[in-house]
Amino acid sequence: MTDITSLEAAGLACARGGRPVFRDLDFRLEAGEALSLEGPNGAGKTSLLRMLGSYLTPLTGTITLTTKAGEQITDAEERGRQIGWLGHQDGVKPQLTTSETLAFYAGYYGKPCDIPKALEGVGLLRARDLPGQYLSAGMKKRLALARLKLSGRPLWLLDEPLAALDVNAKKLVADMITAHCAEGGMVIAATHESLGLDCRKLMLGAL
Amino acid sequence: MSSFYALLARDVRLATRAGGGAMLALAFFAAVAALVPLGVGADLKLLGRIAGGVLWVSAILAALLSLDRLFQADFEDGSLDLMAISPIGLETSAFAKIVAHWLTTGLPLTLLSPLLALLFNIPQPGYVPLILSLAIGTPAASAIGAVGAGLTMSVRRGGLILPLLILPLLAPAVIFGAGAVSAALDGLANGAMWLLSAFSLAAVVLSPFAAAASVRLNLAG
Repeated sequence: MTDITSLEAAGLACARGGRPVFRDLDFRLEAGEALSLEGPNGAGKTSLLRMLGSYLTPLTGTITLTTKAGEQITDAEERGRQIGWLGHQDGVKPQLTTSETLAFYAGYYGKPCDIPKALEGVGLLRARDLPGQYLSAGMKKRLALARLKLSGRPLWLLDEPLAALDVNAKKLVADMITAHCAEGGMVIAATHESLGLDCRKLMLGAL
Repeated sequence: MSSFYALLARDVRLATRAGGGAMLALAFFAAVAALVPLGVGADLKLLGRIAGGVLWVSAILAALLSLDRLFQADFEDGSLDLMAISPIGLETSAFAKIVAHWLTTGLPLTLLSPLLALLFNIPQPGYVPLILSLAIGTPAASAIGAVGAGLTMSVRRGGLILPLLILPLLAPAVIFGAGAVSAALDGLANGAMWLLSAFSLAAVVLSPFAAAASVRLNLAG
């Protein structure tokens, strides 16, 4: 599904509001690998994800994606197009039903998909005609997971993917990550809980 | 292109559903325009003279009503993060949102304007220029407004700052738009319509880039 073979971050530094958050951060991720980002509150987990996701520009350092053809992607905007994003907010509109939301993202990302099947995959089939305003936090997160899956992007960046989810859905997240890695994708997840799978950890400590 | 239409269709749908603000802008436009004759009095000649200006100002204010939420709603619920990494990028996405805003405010305002012109007793030669000038000029309000909406999206009560930022920039549209109507009433050759077209075209072409830049600034904040 993907032609990104590795992600390399070198010498990353981040400051928020003039306060240093982390510096000299180096790591490397190969296709098929998952990385769990850990550390106390304020250690810069979300900042690092937003940096990788091309929203924040690093103070120093570079982020490089390497494609199968050996091409190196350093441009932030180009990197953005390789990214599947799952943030704190779920991007669910109160006025749109779950199937409308998913159909919109399928069209917007140019990835036609079987909407009922995708909803069934995250356990939302019964709520397919329910407007977003009636969804619980966990249901919104499930919908965001379905959206992440259909985006078809190789590099998944997940910010607290387990927040608000029940036991079954947590298992679903672990399964999704495993399946994505098996297909040659990459996952970086910031989390306080164990993802429930065997993966590398990156500890961020508050400076 | 399908990404563009998907976003366009979503924004039109959101604007026309409950709490979307499309009907609100239309009602506001009608209310303001209907209030002016009550304040000015029943001098039909005077009303006919000022109608172009009054309708133009009301239309701009009505368009501004729903502009402050153009990016803010998407910013708050995280949709904007997903737009920044979409296949079409922020510039084209901003353009789709501008078009959707115009379709749900500028276009209905334009279509309602002949009815309100009747309230003001505009002489017959003024009708076509009024409708035409609103059709040409309101896209500029949506486009330039989007830049302001992008700048103020992370500001609480940004809806109050937005008009201060945007109204001065929209002055040319009001001058040429209302000017086109009065020139037609005086039977003069109408250069104002061309200037309005040029202004609107430049605004629509340049604004998506400025709006995308302002959105990026806020996403990095």
